[in-house]
Amino acid sequence: MFSLCHNSILSDKFSSFVKMNEQILYKLKVLAESAKYDVSCSSSGTTRKSRPGATGSAAGWGICHSFTEDGRCVSLLKIMLANYCMYDCAYCINRRSNDVRRTAFTVQELVELTLEFYRRNYIEGLFLSSGVMNNPDYTMERMIRVVKDLRTVHRYNGYIHMKSIPGASPELVSEAGKYADRLSVNIEIPKEQNLKLLAPEKNHQSIYRPMFYIQQGISANTEERKRFRHAPRFAPAGQSTQMIIGATDESDKDILRLSSALYQRPSMKRVYYSGYIPVNTNDSRLPALKQAPLARENRLYQADWLMRFYGFRVNEIVDDTFPYLDLEIDPKLTWALRHPEAFPVDLNKADYEMILRVPGIGVKSARLIVVSRRHGRITSSMLKKIGVAMKRAKYFITCNELTPCNGGEVQPEYIRKVLTEKKSAKKEPGGRQLTILFPD
Amino acid sequence: MIVFRYDKTFDGLLTAVFEAYSRKAFPEKLLSETEPLPLFAGQEHRVSTDTGKSGRVWKALNKKVPKEVCSMLMHVWLSELEGSDELLFRYIRKTFDAPCSIAGDFTDDDITEVAKIAKKVSRERLRLIQFVRFQKAADDIFFAPVSPVYNALPLTLPHFTDRFASQKWLIYDIKRRYGYYYDLKTAAEVTLDDDRRLLSGRLNEELMAQDEKLFQDLWKSYFRALTIKERINPRLQRQHMPRRFWKFLPEKN
Ligand code: SF4
Repeated sequence: MFSLCHNSILSDKFSSFVKMNEQILYKLKVLAESAKYDVSCSSSGTTRKSRPGATGSAAGWGICHSFTEDGRCVSLLKIMLANYCMYDCAYCINRRSNDVRRTAFTVQELVELTLEFYRRNYIEGLFLSSGVMNNPDYTMERMIRVVKDLRTVHRYNGYIHMKSIPGASPELVSEAGKYADRLSVNIEIPKEQNLKLLAPEKNHQSIYRPMFYIQQGISANTEERKRFRHAPRFAPAGQSTQMIIGATDESDKDILRLSSALYQRPSMKRVYYSGYIPVNTNDSRLPALKQAPLARENRLYQADWLMRFYGFRVNEIVDDTFPYLDLEIDPKLTWALRHPEAFPVDLNKADYEMILRVPGIGVKSARLIVVSRRHGRITSSMLKKIGVAMKRAKYFITCNELTPCNGGEVQPEYIRKVLTEKKSAKKEPGGRQLTILFPD
Repeated sequence: MIVFRYDKTFDGLLTAVFEAYSRKAFPEKLLSETEPLPLFAGQEHRVSTDTGKSGRVWKALNKKVPKEVCSMLMHVWLSELEGSDELLFRYIRKTFDAPCSIAGDFTDDDITEVAKIAKKVSRERLRLIQFVRFQKAADDIFFAPVSPVYNALPLTLPHFTDRFASQKWLIYDIKRRYGYYYDLKTAAEVTLDDDRRLLSGRLNEELMAQDEKLFQDLWKSYFRALTIKERINPRLQRQHMPRRFWKFLPEKN
């Protein structure tokens, strides 16, 4: 093609592969459709430089390679190996009793698809799940063949997230951990009686067991790597899980308490919240929703964020008096308005932890404030420059020339009114959800 | 007012710093070799770029500040923004004159400005990493056209050489008309004599590898299948993936 490169002897191992055809296109459509409602698609958590002769690297944070029409990040090839399923979960589009098109990839087809997408910079890696064919172990074995082939035959070095099938045996879970960066088992429904109602073939044991196997595999591996630095890694990006929001009657308190308990385990990296999308309409066990509860989903992510990065404990966010998150304002502002006694915060003196609790100040800005106040006093123009959302923050801080609005007293009612008015005026028709978690 | 003229290269700028210190005369304006002299220009000095001098300045700078700051300065240079050279000049001078690194001092306008521009350029770098799309050519070279607002392509090389180490590729900036070709060992800067047919950003079908079209189609249909129609939000899509990248994305064509 180009004058500067004449020799084209790159031995492409895959050119000998069966040509992709209509059949593959069809499978891809069906199996991507089937996988798309699972939102837990991020590729963060592993940094791996490429090795000589190998293909790819993992960048440690999730690079989005595209964005769908609904604005979601496309990072991984999120696909099911098969959408045949012998289970009948009420919230799932692939359940046995649904009349949907069914198909399955061969191992080789999926391997080639992943590699070819990866080489074109379409994706960061693979997110592999599957319906339950025959039995959990049979399904797991086939999935493992895909990831093992990628890693060992093709020396693929990109990111792999693999779902562990509920009920799979410990040997297979530990086999999968050798090749996958991240493993996940979805909880889906927090309360066991609700889970049993909607997914008769599942129970908590079938979910928490594999989670436990993953946890065990990871901690055993950590020990091993202390002794042998080059021991192969086991699921280096840890595990994640997902809960469906709004299909059953769990409160935000139930959900967030479970998340908080899950985060106590070192291997649990992310809990995802997926607003229930009514895919199966005529099932009396499910609520008749017109729209997925997106606002609630968003607030849950914000609360989750507060627990992971802002030093909030779950009881500070939801408790028996307030079991639900406020949909009008974000949970950080909610906390601030419930605790006027904690403010105003003096930015020239306060601890980092307290600065972090000020609405309008994110992790980055809080760090910058602590760093730059060594050079001189903090001023309001500086705050704007480092990205503090002054519209919010101004009610909660003092610094130098800046005294808080309203003479030093935080008036929750008033602030709430001003801040929510602004927001609803800006809102798009149709009530889009907020998408930026915390401006920082 | 003291005015320096130089060749508008990074080495030239660093040479200018060197000469300012040795002459103890600091310019208020940096002009290219051909720009007209402004009114009230008092003293004019022509800098002739000297890699010995620029190397010494760069080394001294690397000693004085952490390497993140040096990389930030490189980012600002690659922004190609009007006046960014003068900004860098002031920043470097302040750095040398201060007892320790000044990078954290956001009370200074030049410092915030440098941080701000560097951030913009690094965002453009990230976007390249996200939205570069390779098309496989008939001779097995993966080709990707780009046209970033800032000259961020050089900043992406460590990432792309690491990630795509097992395939030959060419990433070509069609706006600045140069690119990098990776031959399975190193990435070298190239300018193609005849790049006209590449400027459209798409390979002709006869230049494409046999299965290239197929994988583009597969990717397109995958992308379409992903959309959850209950959640359509084009504004959000544009915010994350600015329209200027669309012409290179098979999924948007
Ligand atoms: S087991 Fe998985 S794929 Fe099968 S019906 Fe339940 S949720 Fe759907």
